[in-house]
Amino acid sequence: MLFTSYEFLGFLAAVFLLYYLIPKRFQWGLLLVCSYVFYFFAGPSYLLYILATTATTYFTACRIGKLGEKQKAYIKSVKETLSKDERKAYKEKMKGRQWKWLLACLLINLGILAVVKYTNFAISNVNGLLRIAGSAKQFGFLDIALPMGISFYTFQALGYLIDVYRGTVPAEKNPFKLALFVSFFPQLVQGPISRFGDLAKSLFAQHAFCGKTVSYGLQRILWGYFKKLVIADRILAGVNTLIRDTDAYRGAYVFVGMLFYALELYADFTGGIDITIGIAETLGITVKENFNRPYFSKSIKEYWRRWHITMGTWFTDYIFYPISVCKPMLKFSKFARARFGEAVGKRMPVYLSSFAVWFATGIWHGASWNFIVWGLGNWAVIMISQELEPLYARFHNRFSVQGKFGFKLFQVIRTVLLMSCLRTFDCYRNVPLTFRMFGTMFTEWNWRILWDGSLLRIGLGGLDYILLALGVLLLTAVSLLQRTGSVRDKIAEKPYPVRFLVWYGLFLIVLLAGAYGAGYDASQFIYNQF
Amino acid sequence: MEDLLEILSDLHPEVDFETCGSLIDDKILDSFDIVSIISEINDQFDITISAEKITPDNFNSAKAIYALIRELEDEE
Repeated sequence: MLFTSYEFLGFLAAVFLLYYLIPKRFQWGLLLVCSYVFYFFAGPSYLLYILATTATTYFTACRIGKLGEKQKAYIKSVKETLSKDERKAYKEKMKGRQWKWLLACLLINLGILAVVKYTNFAISNVNGLLRIAGSAKQFGFLDIALPMGISFYTFQALGYLIDVYRGTVPAEKNPFKLALFVSFFPQLVQGPISRFGDLAKSLFAQHAFCGKTVSYGLQRILWGYFKKLVIADRILAGVNTLIRDTDAYRGAYVFVGMLFYALELYADFTGGIDITIGIAETLGITVKENFNRPYFSKSIKEYWRRWHITMGTWFTDYIFYPISVCKPMLKFSKFARARFGEAVGKRMPVYLSSFAVWFATGIWHGASWNFIVWGLGNWAVIMISQELEPLYARFHNRFSVQGKFGFKLFQVIRTVLLMSCLRTFDCYRNVPLTFRMFGTMFTEWNWRILWDGSLLRIGLGGLDYILLALGVLLLTAVSLLQRTGSVRDKIAEKPYPVRFLVWYGLFLIVLLAGAYGAGYDASQFIYNQF
Repeated sequence: MEDLLEILSDLHPEVDFETCGSLIDDKILDSFDIVSIISEINDQFDITISAEKITPDNFNSAKAIYALIRELEDEE
């Protein structure tokens, strides 16, 4: 059931009506049933996977929680009699037991994810190695379907489990509540990856109908559909043409495809998240923001703080920090400081941990080398920028350009171009092909296609370009307005005719200018495949 | 506290760590800075700051970081 399908709109209307008609104490229960119905339509067999993750996470979190409670009660009861060292030893023993439970659950769930997502990737690599070694033996691929949203809900569930282990959140005693947290349907398609501490309170609370909240939610949904249907799905035809025929579309076409894909991905992913957050908002539920105007970032590092924020913070909190401040890493840092000098040794934990994070980020996005190279490409750019910081500082001091509009614009454009270059790995989905196609931008000088009408023959007509240009202008204007607060608040302050014109106008634009009808097929969200 | 302020100032000389109470909220310290600070603190104070202690509350100000150091010193 696509977010952009009529079935989904009907499903959503039914959920909404029931949600506010039934007694409030049953609201979260209704959401659980609806989430499982939604997931059932994605694939009945997928339910087994999400049930397995929910059950193992629930059981393990309860076990870890009980061990924590037992430890607290014991320490309290013998506080006066135990020495400091004995208390410490007891705490370490209990933490060790909690760790074993955590590890077992992590292995089970990451194991499920690895089997369904990475088995065929592993087989293709083994086959490749066998071919290189001259062996005729080849292994057959497994016929496993990737359950919808498995990377998202697995990470969400494991994040909760680690939080229970760390004592940040208590273990949820009600298995059905945990099941809802893992399966909340608006988030299943493409996140955000919520934390239990952020989502649980409003997810399980009772919500009375509030006109303002519902209206704001609907406005957010409409804005999401605008991005998805008017921009992302419209430009998709052009992107597909440019990417699929790599013999015909080279040189400047690669540059155009790269920028078109950057726009498509932005409109598709942020539009999908707008719909998700908007749906939750109509139900009175607060879902964490996943974007903060990422294309206004002045560096790649800043971009990753503003794009897919919940994934970034997940990797930082649960992979980057644990690796970079663990005892072996700190020991290695000491060794490196003694061996390679203070400056290099100090940076070792950061560089190695972020390498692990970017490798994981790459492979999380997809089981193929292009994603891994894309992830490590991001790592390389961030590390190089980090190393060049003293040079940048000297440049800024010398030319005093910092803070000036022209320089900020240059930084923003540089970031967009760098990100778009890295994303060509995502476009062509093949590492050697990506390098070859990227190289044609410098070897095949056909930039005349930008003005000789060639771009009108890639599946996009004049009207498409006009609509896309207006769409980009609107996106930019809204992003600029967001710098000084909520755009919906600003519109809500306007007189009724203005408000009506804005929202009814946007509705009409989505209806009339959305990419559907003959020749168009509302596509699945890009991040749904991750 | 002075040792801690020295560690922090070495990293960001432009920041007044004695008064600033939003080091994380205002994104003055990023994840790379936090790891560097923890590494220095571990050496200087002979304590171990584990990943679970890395929360915005614990790193939003020099005072909060110092309170964390004291807490860990007491525990160890």
